[in-house]
Amino acid sequence: MNQRIETDIIIIGAGPVGLFAVFEAGLLKMRCHLIDALPQPGGQLTEIYPKKPIYDIPGYPSVLAGDLVQNLMQQIAPFSPGFTLGERAESIEKQDDGRWLVTTSRGTQHLAPVIFVAGGLGSFEPRKPPISNIDHFEDHGVEYFVRDPEMYKNRRIVIAGGGDSALDWTIYLADLAEQITLIHRRTEFRGAPDSVEKVMELAESGKIKLITNAQVIGLQGNGQLNGVTIQHDTEGEFEVAADHFVPLFGLTPKLGPIGEWGLAIDKGAVEVNTLDYSTTVPGIYAIGDINTYPGKLKLILCGFHEATLACQSAFKVAFPDKKLSFKYTTVTGIEGIEK
Amino acid sequence: MDIQINIIDREGGRHELLAPTDMNMSIMELCKSYELPVEGTCGGMALCASCHLYVLSGHELSQPTDDEIAMLDAAFFVQPNSRLGCQLKLKEDMDGLTVELAPV
Repeated sequence: MNQRIETDIIIIGAGPVGLFAVFEAGLLKMRCHLIDALPQPGGQLTEIYPKKPIYDIPGYPSVLAGDLVQNLMQQIAPFSPGFTLGERAESIEKQDDGRWLVTTSRGTQHLAPVIFVAGGLGSFEPRKPPISNIDHFEDHGVEYFVRDPEMYKNRRIVIAGGGDSALDWTIYLADLAEQITLIHRRTEFRGAPDSVEKVMELAESGKIKLITNAQVIGLQGNGQLNGVTIQHDTEGEFEVAADHFVPLFGLTPKLGPIGEWGLAIDKGAVEVNTLDYSTTVPGIYAIGDINTYPGKLKLILCGFHEATLACQSAFKVAFPDKKLSFKYTTVTGIEGIEK
Repeated sequence: MDIQINIIDREGGRHELLAPTDMNMSIMELCKSYELPVEGTCGGMALCASCHLYVLSGHELSQPTDDEIAMLDAAFFVQPNSRLGCQLKLKEDMDGLTVELAPV
């Protein structure tokens, strides 16, 4: 069995609100461990708009989303939070001692008396093309990420997409694979100009096959992929033999397993009591964009407030016998927590 | 001045919506305010395509930005008349515009 990570609060979602919860918990001497499906902290701020300015963080006339995340990481560093990144929180289970066991997609186990669900829009998952039988071929020739380039050695690969990851993997795999076909719906690519140029060179020299103004609309194979059907804007439908189809259309957020944990859900969000942002399950709180209540606004600044109040309530769950005293940081400063 | 925007939903139902032009509102926000099934997940940054729609009437609309084009590149069921509702701000010359919500 894996070693279990024990902490005071398990925070599911390492976006801005999950990160700030570490600070507020830290002031109350509670340790936190964050779990996020993405490989880096910051949630959508890092994943989808790191270079966009945010104008409604109090005290910052303007701050880039990526910078806000960096600042939050610096702000919580004294409290030595733990991180389980690149793993999705899959299941929760109440233990006999009253604590919660949270297990991730890779089987990492976490134990704590309190869970903060700070999952934002949900977990980011690959955008899957609307091909009716695509589910049948997942892990049988269809991959939404390139995890191990070696598996494409001497194989016939069809990559679809027009962004950087489609271009970069086409270039990288060109030397390794037997045959690479890149399919894109338009003639223009939106990736880095250098990569676009390189792909054009590879296509001209015959190293790869480039098909633009086209999309993959069907998959063939008996259990294992052996070909894709391509629809071209002017040339109609045709088939290309393929051992692998790698659609690279970016990530999109999905509520995912959180919806199956027995929490009351309303229109894809977790219902909470605004007294302390507790859910219908004792010991579990929901903060930030993932929660809903009358008057809810999906704003980072509201999430910060929610995290703060949830920490006060969580303290009483984690340490029912201890007295809680509220302190101002200007008076007491920051007392860090050792690892 | 209020204008009329016609939305065809994914079941083919037609909704004739009264829309304000003085609130810097987009078609995505208009759909949400009438509780039509448009998620608007990213909040209007052209980053999720949950407000993808087809323009059915012949109105002259603002040109899509690079961000919108990039997002439509990664979306599905894209047609030549595809736009993102969040990037279409309600203006007086859009009176009578008819759009159809794209499949999700």
